[in-house]
Amino acid sequence: MNARPAPRSGWCMPKALDILLPLLGFCLLLAAWHFGVGWAGLPPAVLPKPLAVWGAINTHWLLLLEEGWVTLVASAAGFGLAFLIGVPMAVAIAGSPLLNRMFYPLLIATQSLPKVALAPLMLVWLGTGIESKLAIAWLVAFFPVVVNTATGLRTTPREYLDLAAVTRANGWQIFWKIRLPAAMPFVLSGAKVAITLAVIGAVIGEFVGSSEGLGHLLLVANSQVNTPLAFAALVGLAVLGIGLYAAVAAVELALRPWFGEAPPQ
Amino acid sequence: MAGPDKGRMAEQPFGRIEAVTKTYPGGIVALERVDYDLRAGELVALLGPSGCGKTTLLRMMAGLTRPSAGRISIRGKIIDGPQPDFGFAFQSPNLLPWRSVLDNVLFPVEIAGRLDTRARDRAMELLDVVGLKGFSRLRPHQLSGGMKQRVSLCRALVHAPSLLLMDEPFGALDELTRMEMHDLLHAIRQSSGATIMFVTHSIAEAVYLADEILVMGPRPGRVVERIRVELSYPRRSAQRYSAEAREYERQAGAALGVVHA
Ligand SMILES: Nc1ncnc2c1ncn2[C@@H]1O[C@H](COP(=O)(O)OP(=O)(O)OP(=O)(O)O)[C@@H](O)[C@H]1O
Ligand SMILES: [Mg+2]
Repeated sequence: MNARPAPRSGWCMPKALDILLPLLGFCLLLAAWHFGVGWAGLPPAVLPKPLAVWGAINTHWLLLLEEGWVTLVASAAGFGLAFLIGVPMAVAIAGSPLLNRMFYPLLIATQSLPKVALAPLMLVWLGTGIESKLAIAWLVAFFPVVVNTATGLRTTPREYLDLAAVTRANGWQIFWKIRLPAAMPFVLSGAKVAITLAVIGAVIGEFVGSSEGLGHLLLVANSQVNTPLAFAALVGLAVLGIGLYAAVAAVELALRPWFGEAPPQ
Repeated sequence: MAGPDKGRMAEQPFGRIEAVTKTYPGGIVALERVDYDLRAGELVALLGPSGCGKTTLLRMMAGLTRPSAGRISIRGKIIDGPQPDFGFAFQSPNLLPWRSVLDNVLFPVEIAGRLDTRARDRAMELLDVVGLKGFSRLRPHQLSGGMKQRVSLCRALVHAPSLLLMDEPFGALDELTRMEMHDLLHAIRQSSGATIMFVTHSIAEAVYLADEILVMGPRPGRVVERIRVELSYPRRSAQRYSAEAREYERQAGAALGVVHA
């Protein structure tokens, strides 16, 4: 009666398709881009063909690496600083009922503010060096870290706190052994948002006033109407952004069995 | 030996619940004038419909909430907060996902600052009793629901509490696992001698486990009947189906208003 075919052994189709299909989609997009440009007769200065971009990457790979490194350092440092300052601040806010009531609503409100708009001011305050770039990357990454960590610390499951109460844990123990680990999924999901924003912040910083980095290279290439190079810089930024995000996501994924996943907010 | 100790019956009770009333903010009267004397070494089942105040009473005994009126004392001491020699088993296993099985069991002793080799040995012994010795290094997400509940039981027992408060600890388990847990609890009682307050929705569970059943009624929560269960010890699963047990179940059902004459 059982007419179902036996499961195929070895080669696991769904898994392979998960990788192959997106690759195929990507190739289709590239092809559409290539033929679309030829068909519309666009000049390379407006939209270069993918091969021209590849050519620019090949010629300028050292430059791209150097400028990419600058942007990477600024993004990662901004993210790191956001973490170093944001987590203790969230702890202070979540730990004190007064600070909590004073600042938590404000923090939530700041989430919808366009913080990159402060970039020109940073330039005035800190000049065109790495400092202003770092400050902008830090600023945009800081808020998701604080908000998520504070939210995580505020929403410790009640049963965990009951457990702490019946075992007569003191405030210190409750924080270190219950509240902080219970907040970890929130901290990690905040980190994923923060790393993406840190890259954006660093690039904006390079836009408004810097003489290095992929953002700066993009502006220079644009002003020289070297569109293939501008696209090469964009590819560099994409690789950088995806790489940094993947690194943080990998940490989150590795820790997930320990701390669980943050509920969607 | 678990079970009623006839010789001690006349003595000062182990625990006293005196005219305890609990009114929650908003005016909900969760419990009204509950009186009960708890005897040492007994297992008392709190049986009643949802919302009749079972958890409320248990939380007051644990010192997690204060009565609005009346008082609860254990061994002559009025309960005004959590006590070091009480154990609490929650309705959900309530294990900390970032800790291993062993570290979850050790949590109470770690908090009390008494984490030593003896505590570790005792935790491993308890895990052995519940059949989880080989699982001590795993983490909660790697366990089944029944295994988690057994770990939770070990955690409640690790500091050798004199009073064990259990809030529907087996409520979420399937029937077969629950029956195993009942016999496990009997075995643990035999070796620990702890006094146990056990909240349940299940009439059969109450009869098989308890020395005395407090049947509670709702709105406002109060004790409507006390049923002494004289099933002999050591209790064996076959006794669940004895005529005697059936009669206790009928009595409890009648007191709850779900069995009619
Ligand atoms: N923290 C609280 N604040 C206000 N009312 C509460 C609170 N906890 C419980 N109650 C109310 O007190 C009553 C008794 O609740 P309790 O949790 O003790 O019932 P229960 O017998 O344990 O029910 P269940 O079997 O469903 O667990 C309910 O009417 C409930 O609404
Ligand atoms: Mg309850």
